[in-house]
Amino acid sequence: MAIILDKVNCVYEQGTPREMYALKDINLKIGDGQFIGVIGHTGSGKSTLIQHMNGLLRATSGSIYYNGEDIYAEDYSMRSLRSKVGLVFQYPEHQLFETTILADVCFGPMNQGLDKNEAELRAFEALHSVGIPEGLFDQSPFDLSGGQKRRVAIAGVLAMRPEVLILDEPTAGLDPKGRDEILDQIAKLHAENHITVILVSHSMEDVAKYVERIIVMNQGSVMFDGAPKEVFRHYKELEQVGLAAPQVTYLMHELQEKGFPVSRDATTVAEAKTEILRAFGRSGE
Amino acid sequence: MVRDITIGQYYPTGSVIHRMDPRVKLFGTLVFLISVFAYKGIVGLAVVTVFLAMMIKVSGVPFKYMVKGLRAIIILMLITAAFNLFLTPGEAVVQVWKITLTKEGITAAVRMMIRLTYLVLGTSLMTLTTTPNQLTDGLERALRPLKYLHIPVHEIAMMMSIALRFIPILVEETDKIMKAQMARGANFEEGNVIQRAKAMIPLLVPLFVSAFRRANDLALAMEARCYRGGEGRTKMKPLCYQNIDRIAYLVLILYLALLIALRILL
Amino acid sequence: MASLMVKARQLVHEYIRRDEEGNPVATQTALDHVDIDIRPGSFVAILGHNGSGKSTLAKHLNVLLAPTEGTLWVDGKDTSDPDNLWDIRQSAGMVFQNPDNQIIGSIVEEDVGFGPENLGVPTDEIWQRVEDSLRSVGMLKFRSASPNKLSGGQKQRVAIAGVMAMQPACIVLDEPTAMLDPNGRKEVLRAVHELNRIKGVTIILITHYMEEVTDADYVYVMDSGSVVMQGTPREIFSRVESLQAHRMDVPQITLLAHELKKSGLDLPDGILTREELVAALERLREG
Repeated sequence: MAIILDKVNCVYEQGTPREMYALKDINLKIGDGQFIGVIGHTGSGKSTLIQHMNGLLRATSGSIYYNGEDIYAEDYSMRSLRSKVGLVFQYPEHQLFETTILADVCFGPMNQGLDKNEAELRAFEALHSVGIPEGLFDQSPFDLSGGQKRRVAIAGVLAMRPEVLILDEPTAGLDPKGRDEILDQIAKLHAENHITVILVSHSMEDVAKYVERIIVMNQGSVMFDGAPKEVFRHYKELEQVGLAAPQVTYLMHELQEKGFPVSRDATTVAEAKTEILRAFGRSGE
Repeated sequence: MVRDITIGQYYPTGSVIHRMDPRVKLFGTLVFLISVFAYKGIVGLAVVTVFLAMMIKVSGVPFKYMVKGLRAIIILMLITAAFNLFLTPGEAVVQVWKITLTKEGITAAVRMMIRLTYLVLGTSLMTLTTTPNQLTDGLERALRPLKYLHIPVHEIAMMMSIALRFIPILVEETDKIMKAQMARGANFEEGNVIQRAKAMIPLLVPLFVSAFRRANDLALAMEARCYRGGEGRTKMKPLCYQNIDRIAYLVLILYLALLIALRILL
Repeated sequence: MASLMVKARQLVHEYIRRDEEGNPVATQTALDHVDIDIRPGSFVAILGHNGSGKSTLAKHLNVLLAPTEGTLWVDGKDTSDPDNLWDIRQSAGMVFQNPDNQIIGSIVEEDVGFGPENLGVPTDEIWQRVEDSLRSVGMLKFRSASPNKLSGGQKQRVAIAGVMAMQPACIVLDEPTAMLDPNGRKEVLRAVHELNRIKGVTIILITHYMEEVTDADYVYVMDSGSVVMQGTPREIFSRVESLQAHRMDVPQITLLAHELKKSGLDLPDGILTREELVAALERLREG
């Protein structure tokens, strides 16, 4: 069991009239190799949650276990935790600083104690896996396009070979094709390397297409936790807290209400198409 | 959630002091700062204290809030106090090993702590009752004559107000960059001076790049809103003296005169 | 006011990359003989992926860039004439992508007043304009707030108010929602649609989100510096394959309708909303 959060609370200004719970009684079990989406509106606590998972923020109360070890134990090394739980922040290209792309991606591995050669090997590997051609390795990271910079930044975290990869809104600010490319790449990483991937997003449609489990955050608590189809059944409640189910989910619900024999559980266009065609007595294609 | 730090933290209460022209407040702060160093004796101190207390009361800002600014300089105060306590020659009171604590040392330390406290409270009062824009407007108006010496007063004032506006944003950005690099294993806490200095590069380079990018964006936005320097600009909140300002100037001059008189007479 | 708010004829923009001595090394054609007509009072969207040339076009509209070739008239004024510079910038206000990097004032009302101050508007009138503008975007009650305490959507609305206070004939919004969450996006779109409807301000929305375009009067799609498609939203949305070829992401409903039609269901073209699809499927069921 990779990450366990047990009764985790994160409170600011506790005991004062301005007391604010960023996280309230969080209990979560994240297994190895899962592909999870964390959804919530701004201020729901999703960014705070992921920063607890790699020890950047410390819980006010409650315990967090990584692979069975208590991360708040005296002798537990937070730095080693951060090697294993990689976190890519929003707009990660803002963290680039080195003179060449290769050097920047080496930063993580070198902080892990690897020597220059090993670090470079890791960097090569990581840049390859995000699709950056070797010819660019000597260029300044500031000369790249926005999408390329972002991939270099992600490679910077991948080079540390984390067991868990958390990405905070990896598609923020990208155009539709850029978004698809990055998400496809992440899905590929998950499939090939069997790492646990946690994707934080507010785009339901993106998330529904890729993940196997969705955690919905609302005002610091976990509101729903389950497979996408289960979670989107609660679309009315999701709407009340400012989130929306994918467009097709609404469509299927409405069609069912109007008497069409369709399942309400379609969350992608492909599923909806199959359902509707079936309702009209035709097969797909 | 962006934290607004106490530098330039405006606390609106609608009091007389809030409504005063910023030039009066700038002058007043200057006068007060002079008085904190120029007062003589207990009587002088009493006058300064009463003046400060009255101003705080009139401003309507809760004292608890004002005291927040002091937390920032606690260390400075303790260091200054220590220096004064142990390095002032005079009549010995206590001797510990080679270090002598003198009576003069104690009085010097106390006096210095009072001065620092009053300095912080006095300048806090200024920034709590005046918005950053009013401050820079006030400076711009007050220093306008310098334009004839070819000093770009308007541009400097504009730079200052933009800097003030962006301080909280850059603070938040520093935090974000720090966390992103820590997530890559960077260590900002351990190591000797050289190691810590080197560790700052992954923090400072992205911060500078970001600051330049913001400056570029902002310049385009300002031009898009027809900004072309100070010529021909009107003011939304023009500075114009009113009676409360004239009375305030009078009060300040009397205050200063009183302190000078006390100095001469006592 | 001119008969066309914006008229572009064979507009070309080339970025010239130079080496250290200033000698040209490479040219990149960002705008390739673009023709555009925008009528006053309309809501026009310019769609395109990153690098399609849409941002370069935006910068031409308020003369942050000048044409390499061709001509652009904004509110009847030629952008290549330096005498027109400030007039055009007053007529064509611009809202940028990054909410923070366009707010200059430390207090909302002071930022909204920045534009009128630059125009030399008398003090009393500035206050009137600031109040009217803030009211028109629904942010009047935040007039004394610090921008740092606002959400992204609120900041963008303040930016829009700041532009409205200059009483422009049109507002160009360059990817105003790219950095916002879904709620922020909705807020901003609602605000600009209202301004267009109630105050008759011409709106030019530059974006890569197709969902934002469904209520526009007219749409231009750009790719590689050229206009590759143009028409009403309905006309554009029906050409799904073309849109995908130009790297645009078609909204789920439209894509679904298209797929169903390809599989043999007799649906009309250019279905934009869920309601339309449901109605069309119901009609099919009956007929």
